[in-house]
Amino acid sequence: MHIQDLIEKHGFVKLSGDDTAREIKRVYTCDLLSWVMAKGKSDTAWITVQTHNNILAVASLLDFACIIIPEGIQVPEEVIEKANEQNVILLSTSLEGYEIFKILYEAGVR
Amino acid sequence: MKPYMKDPANAAMKLHYEVAKDDFARAGEASSKIKSVLKQLGIEGGVLRRIAIAAYEAEINLVIHSEGGTVEAFIKPDCIELYIEDKGPGIADIDLAMTQGYSTANPAAREMGFGAGMGLPNMQKVCDDFTIESEPGEGTRIKMVVNY
Repeated sequence: MHIQDLIEKHGFVKLSGDDTAREIKRVYTCDLLSWVMAKGKSDTAWITVQTHNNILAVASLLDFACIIIPEGIQVPEEVIEKANEQNVILLSTSLEGYEIFKILYEAGVR
Repeated sequence: MKPYMKDPANAAMKLHYEVAKDDFARAGEASSKIKSVLKQLGIEGGVLRRIAIAAYEAEINLVIHSEGGTVEAFIKPDCIELYIEDKGPGIADIDLAMTQGYSTANPAAREMGFGAGMGLPNMQKVCDDFTIESEPGEGTRIKMVVNY
């Protein structure tokens, strides 16, 4: 599963970043940043309801594939700008976490 | 635990960053810069990841808990050393602060997903050598070593 598949086949909206050809190898969801720092692995699609600047540092330090903001939660414009500067891919979807997991599981991310 | 001692000998490169109290907007910048320098130097991914986690948790602690402080990285032939120093308020009970799940983060920080009580334990876990010293009313000093 590649990031562009989520955009093209499942209607996820790309808010920032360029490298949509990147492969997603893992999925993880958690909103406690230290928890994510302790557990996160590279090439992860990270689902979180947090929408402040610090999610960008976590994603880029751990070399995540992308951040998915679920349930149509709005991301502040300044966070999107900063994500573009740091080349972090932010995706937005109206789906809930479970639905996102199903899509990725069915696409072979296990 | 060994006493905190700064050892600049053999450091091929020294990085130094100031971190301000409550500056959530810039939190993570020092760690990102350290990571990017190390990446350019060709440091291996696993080491890079451990340094990134140690530096980020330390930086966030400075923002949430300290009156401001510094993050320094000494790049050496066989290891990376991180030095974290702040201006206070200091930690009264270090063993308690090192306990996973214990946090004194305020509600605003918790709403942002901080304050899980995992910062210090995470830092210790990813390091080969971890030293912490603190005096209430003075400040906290942490040294972390990650070997290649």
